[in-house]
Amino acid sequence: MGNRSPILEVRQLQTHFRSGHGVVKAVNGVDLTVYAGETVGLVGESGCGKSVTSLSVMGLLPKPAAAIVGGTIHFAGRDITHLPEKQMRKLRGNEMSMIFQEPMTSLNPVFTIGQQMAEPLRQHTSLTKRQIREKMVEMLQSVGIPRAGQIIDEYPHQLSGGMRQRVMISLAMLCQPKLLIADEPTTALDVTIQAQILQLMKEIKQKQQMAMLLITHDLGVVAEMCDRVVVMYGGQVVESAEVRTIFDQPRHPYTQGLLASMPNANERKGELKSIPGSVPRPDEVGQGCTFAPRCSQAMERCRHDRPPLVALPRQSCRCWLYAGEEEVAHAT
Amino acid sequence: MNQSTLTEAAVNPRPASLSRKREPAWRTYMRRLVKSPTGLAGFLIIFVVVILGIFGPWLAPYDPNQAEFAKKLLPPLTDGHLLGTDQLGRDIFSRLIHGTSVSLIIGSCTVLFAGLIGTILGVVAGYFRGWADIIIMRIVDVKLSFPFILLVLVINAVIGAGLQNIIISLVFAGWIVYARVVRSEVLALREKEFILSCVATGVPRWEIIVKHIVPNLFTPIIVLSSLQIATYIIAEASISFLGFGVQPPQPAWGNMLSEGKDYIFSAWWLITFPGVAIVMTALGVNLFGDWLRDVLDPELKGH
Amino acid sequence: MLDYVIKRTGQVVVVLFLALTAVFFIIRLSGDPTALFLPPDASREQLEQFRKQLGFDRPLHVQYTEFMTKAVQGDFGTSLRTREDALQMVINRIPATFQLAFTSLGLSLLIAIPIGIQSAYRRNTWFDQAGVAATVLGQALPSFWLGLILIYLFAVQLQWLPTGGGGSLVHLILPALTLAAYSVARFARFTRSTMLDVLRKDYIRTAKASGVPTYKILSVYALKNTLIPIITLVALDLGVLLGGAVIVEVVFSWPGMGRLLMQSLLNRDFPVVMAGVFLIAFIYAVINFVVDLLYAYVNPQIRFK
Repeated sequence: MGNRSPILEVRQLQTHFRSGHGVVKAVNGVDLTVYAGETVGLVGESGCGKSVTSLSVMGLLPKPAAAIVGGTIHFAGRDITHLPEKQMRKLRGNEMSMIFQEPMTSLNPVFTIGQQMAEPLRQHTSLTKRQIREKMVEMLQSVGIPRAGQIIDEYPHQLSGGMRQRVMISLAMLCQPKLLIADEPTTALDVTIQAQILQLMKEIKQKQQMAMLLITHDLGVVAEMCDRVVVMYGGQVVESAEVRTIFDQPRHPYTQGLLASMPNANERKGELKSIPGSVPRPDEVGQGCTFAPRCSQAMERCRHDRPPLVALPRQSCRCWLYAGEEEVAHAT
Repeated sequence: MNQSTLTEAAVNPRPASLSRKREPAWRTYMRRLVKSPTGLAGFLIIFVVVILGIFGPWLAPYDPNQAEFAKKLLPPLTDGHLLGTDQLGRDIFSRLIHGTSVSLIIGSCTVLFAGLIGTILGVVAGYFRGWADIIIMRIVDVKLSFPFILLVLVINAVIGAGLQNIIISLVFAGWIVYARVVRSEVLALREKEFILSCVATGVPRWEIIVKHIVPNLFTPIIVLSSLQIATYIIAEASISFLGFGVQPPQPAWGNMLSEGKDYIFSAWWLITFPGVAIVMTALGVNLFGDWLRDVLDPELKGH
Repeated sequence: MLDYVIKRTGQVVVVLFLALTAVFFIIRLSGDPTALFLPPDASREQLEQFRKQLGFDRPLHVQYTEFMTKAVQGDFGTSLRTREDALQMVINRIPATFQLAFTSLGLSLLIAIPIGIQSAYRRNTWFDQAGVAATVLGQALPSFWLGLILIYLFAVQLQWLPTGGGGSLVHLILPALTLAAYSVARFARFTRSTMLDVLRKDYIRTAKASGVPTYKILSVYALKNTLIPIITLVALDLGVLLGGAVIVEVVFSWPGMGRLLMQSLLNRDFPVVMAGVFLIAFIYAVINFVVDLLYAYVNPQIRFK
């Protein structure tokens, strides 16, 4: 697997949202590791806490409402869990960066592309204006944007969605970050553009030997891009393994359900399989396993006790079906 | 899209009360009203004003027009006059109460007529488009090119003063806002699918308008009215202050202030209490209107 | 951008033309305009005589044509009291009203925008609550009453400032403040809510993710996004400002257009009234036009179509 030093280590992360209705445990004990140079896919349906996890890592949680209340986050060996904002800023856009789902609204409409792209360089380097401009042109060209020199002086509304996402990617890559977090980068784009963007990201990954945390609900993207996969449900990690293992031998009933519900292009007839029930509301989390209400293999125990994350030979899995097979990785 | 969509999903799950039986709508509103301190305050103020306006004239201790020169310019709390007397010896408190009725009548009548005219014209312009729309919108543009108060003032000066005429003047200048808002709402509604499907199934135009479009207009009209009432009350007071509008000796807050301003050096109470009345009423209306707007349509930006 | 300018210019011309027409018809609202030009106790014969003299007995379209032709050249007749050219009289008062209006506007923007921004940033703290309370109050105060109170406090009790009149900076303070009060309330409130909206937007998140410090996000990025809707609000409120100026001028005896208009209304000097009303509409239309152009220039989505 190459370099074994972890770029990102999240241990038992707990992120809670406080509101008038009470406390919502959006992230309820998540473990996640990303090694240098690898791509980890973070998979799950909406509401499972994957975006909140990434925002917690970047320190971009909406301030009074949300906070990290437990666990640790280590970046390149350094504890950044409760790092003061000033120092967090030095990391953002510099050593770790993030791209978001909606390219249409992620760029400020009243400033030019160039003005916005110059920010990471202005904040984290001491290059001159001319050098900054050169770098931007270079970066834009490398992501496949034609007329890069002109684009810099144009406004976001003059570009298409695909181009804007490329700009966002360039923005994130300018300072050559060690870790790129991509939150559903292609979901809002047309299918053909999706393919192009994914291809682009693959090339960047190879060239820069950059680590990437790719958040998605699309297993097809996972298959194409990721080295390892982490599956989340109800604010917790339920399964984690290398990508082949996940597809060949999924252990957790939820993962199995996800894979089964992928429409197979070769089978035209028959029903589309789906997982019965729906994702629990974040404030409805009960006592036992969060997936138990929808699980076809649920046992009595599943409804009362939360299963621990168990380390199996090829993967980790949070399910009572496998507890007792090997040592318990975490007691929660 | 907003970052808050993420937070919203996490933080505002739909209430579990969906599983309970639905309570009557008005009770939901009452509950929400009690929870909001500003909305409640506004409602209470309006309540007091309305009660005073309707029943006040019977409860007023003195005849508002009874002038007693011997008792002129008495400070508040002397001789049975709660708020003192004015330059003709008339009890200010009683005059204030009668003024409340005047403001109430003016405010409500104006909203009613301006709203009615404005809505009808707005619907015609927005739904039928074509020449009607062009003509009506040009008129609206022209009216908008004059400041509201100025327009009311000039109209009132031309047609003469008095309670009736001030209402007419206010309505003349005030229907525009309604027409504009209603028109843009109708324009948006027209394109909505439920209307298009009515058209496609051959529902007659009048039925579409009355049964489908108008009910959707209630919310914006109510919200708009809540904003406009305060404007009308203040406009009337201003115009009466300037010498038009409601004429003395009929008590109205505006002309009480106009008469009182000559005594600013000696009798501060003449200008204080009518002014406070205006401010309190406008405040109450605005507070309640804000709450109403939040409840009925939280999407609207606070203007 | 150029065709936008041309289109807007055309609109302004049409509106002004219609405004003139409106002025023509306003004084005929009560039927016979002759009565407006004479004192209320004029006799029948005097009315008849004046009607012929002023040409009000001719067919309407003839009167209209004559009125419009003259008005377009700036001829609104002469004042019934001073015999001066009506339009000229009003024009002479423009500087004073502009002084008042623009000082007031500048003051209110200078006060309101920082308050609004800070309120948004410190949402729901005591600062914010106090600000919201003040703005709600400010919108409920009638300007003339505020003026009276201020006169009472500063001119009568404290005797720091004069009670009225014009001509110097000292005289300008109270009227400008009075006029500004309502605007400060509206602008601060609007700035706050716009800023709150802007701060929630995705592009602010992008800026943060790039490592931009908070003060820069507030004072450069979010600010520009907020200013654009504020320009729209200023344009909308100009009418209120001009209208309010009329009242404030009367309360403080400030020698501007509004005061002239009021005196003319009270004196039934309708040529001056008509000239004044039209001129105010004209100024208002021109200012709106300029603001629209400014908005189109500042908003890249219109400038670079």
